[in-house]
Amino acid sequence: MSASAGARVEAAAEPEARGRYWLDRENVLAPVLLLPAVIYIIALVGIPLVMAVLYSLSDVSVGDQSIDFVGLRNFQQALGDDIFRTALRNTFAFTIASQIIVLILANILALVLSADFRGKRLVRFLVLLPWTTPIALGVLGWLWTLDNVYSPIDYILRQVGLLGPGSPLGTSWYGTNAYWLAYPDRAQFSVLLVHVWRTLPLATVILLAGLTAIPQDVKDAANVDGAGFFRQVFSIRIPLLLPIMAVAVLYGIVFTFTDMTVVYILTRGGPTNATQVLASWAYFRGIEAGALAQGAAVALFLFPVLVGVAALMLRLARRAETV
Amino acid sequence: MAVVEVRDLSKRFDGVNAVDGIDLASTDGEFLVLLGPSGCGKTTLLRMIGGLEPPTEGDILIGGRVVTDLPPRARQIAMVFQSYALYPHMTVYNNIAFPLKAAKLPRAEQEKRVQWAAGILGIDGLLQRKPRQLSGGQRQRVALARALVREPTVFLLDEPLSNLDAQRRASARDELQGFQRRVGTTTIYVTHDQVEAMGMGDRIAVMDQGRIRQVGTPHEIYDDPADTFVATFLGSPPMNLVPADGGRELLGFRPEHFVPWKAAMGDEWIRFPYHVHRTEYLGAERLLYGEIGEASAVARFPANADIAVEIGSTSDFAVRRADLKRFHPETGLRLDRPGNGRRA
Repeated sequence: MSASAGARVEAAAEPEARGRYWLDRENVLAPVLLLPAVIYIIALVGIPLVMAVLYSLSDVSVGDQSIDFVGLRNFQQALGDDIFRTALRNTFAFTIASQIIVLILANILALVLSADFRGKRLVRFLVLLPWTTPIALGVLGWLWTLDNVYSPIDYILRQVGLLGPGSPLGTSWYGTNAYWLAYPDRAQFSVLLVHVWRTLPLATVILLAGLTAIPQDVKDAANVDGAGFFRQVFSIRIPLLLPIMAVAVLYGIVFTFTDMTVVYILTRGGPTNATQVLASWAYFRGIEAGALAQGAAVALFLFPVLVGVAALMLRLARRAETV
Repeated sequence: MAVVEVRDLSKRFDGVNAVDGIDLASTDGEFLVLLGPSGCGKTTLLRMIGGLEPPTEGDILIGGRVVTDLPPRARQIAMVFQSYALYPHMTVYNNIAFPLKAAKLPRAEQEKRVQWAAGILGIDGLLQRKPRQLSGGQRQRVALARALVREPTVFLLDEPLSNLDAQRRASARDELQGFQRRVGTTTIYVTHDQVEAMGMGDRIAVMDQGRIRQVGTPHEIYDDPADTFVATFLGSPPMNLVPADGGRELLGFRPEHFVPWKAAMGDEWIRFPYHVHRTEYLGAERLLYGEIGEASAVARFPANADIAVEIGSTSDFAVRRADLKRFHPETGLRLDRPGNGRRA
């Protein structure tokens, strides 16, 4: 009796509520809030991706923009190309090597920075600086640091006697300079160095956050249970850090794998394409040489790896939610 | 097994004395409880004994050996934390075996000891589980097994029951005390819960503001408190304190010793006019709230006691002279306790 009376009152109030509070209804509000993100993703990710796929299957170029389909010819050509194969190998080599080095260094740095010492904040700030610097500016700085004639690294090496006639690095070939960017192996080393320099800060900060999230009680317990420093690091801290380490590495992989700035500014892929990576080669082929279809095909080789990384990230995120 | 002793131990944090010149010694195999309100310094004292916190001053001795500057792993102690602090990525087996691995025991010996400790605590069936698959009570037992497995000379327990629900806590008290009696290891137990302290401790050290107010058996602490802090911290409701002798002393008596004058028989009784303003029925007992003069006082009776008291009325109540304690109104110290000292 009273329940039906209540329902009638509600029904009477409904038209007004519907008019004034329409934004409070979830089936209206949700699409409204989601729309900008959906438009953004379709316009800036979806359409370019579809275009890249279309281009890679066609013979489109800067000179002839009509899309005529040619099947997988672009991919076959790319695979048959020595420079492409070098670029593919370099992309994986730079990514894997830099992330291994970053992982080791970031663990050490995070352990050191999690300790209490004077000036800790200043050191943390300095460690983070490379990450806050725009990539292009940072790499320009490295371009000068690794300059063939004026490199300050060479200067220091000369001062300590490692460079120059008769010294370990100063063979008759290299003379008084190391020519960091002029020899294939040294250029590859330089690119690797800059990638490590770039991705180390973020990884360190992520690991540092992970370290501080380990409960003090657990560290105390390990202490009381008789674990020395190395046992605490390898049996307690690193295993507890593994999930967050995976996050840091996945970020590092995405940054390094897709990056073209470092190679483009530092070596332009040289010498003789020895430091070429997929991203830079796609750019040189597609944009600078005007072979849009070829460039698109090269760039699409990044796709499977990135899909894999994205899937791993989503899985990690879901696991973090359920724990 | 060993005696734990601290001598003139202090800890200052940013100019605040968390622990302020404490002298305390356990006996061998004793269950010693550190009891006090939060912030009284009891956990800091325990952490200093464990070596997790360096003292500002003073010395710590375990088994007659000065361990003040030794790291925790050199002290042969085991600790159980409020959160249990199990290693979340390890199985129960590996959690318990961890101290043995750190001590580099042979694998076969490790396994034997883990089985032994797990057997004592009845967690044999859980060895392959991860901590997150365990209930609170099971986690607590794993933490105890991990503490036990190394056969330490001292157990340090930091509020190990506070994460259990009330029902489980009563049985855990029973198990924990039985366990300690069986292994006979000197145990220092920190708690803010007087029921745990009274129920389990061989002796209780009552702490306040970084100092020990009294050390004694549960009986001594309850029946013969050294000062008004101890008198009012233990017992619920706490001891009544009524000014007397023109404000030159405080008379203290327990609510259960405060009875109607009519019911007072034999012995020597002191009479008080008592104004009752409220009663509380708690099932097993009944509480009367009221005043003696300006001071509030509580009386406690078994619920089935036949007490006819009218609310709002004033009637005569009495306390046995032997149940009255006299305290100094300013210092709070007992006036009628022979040899009253803070460092018992």
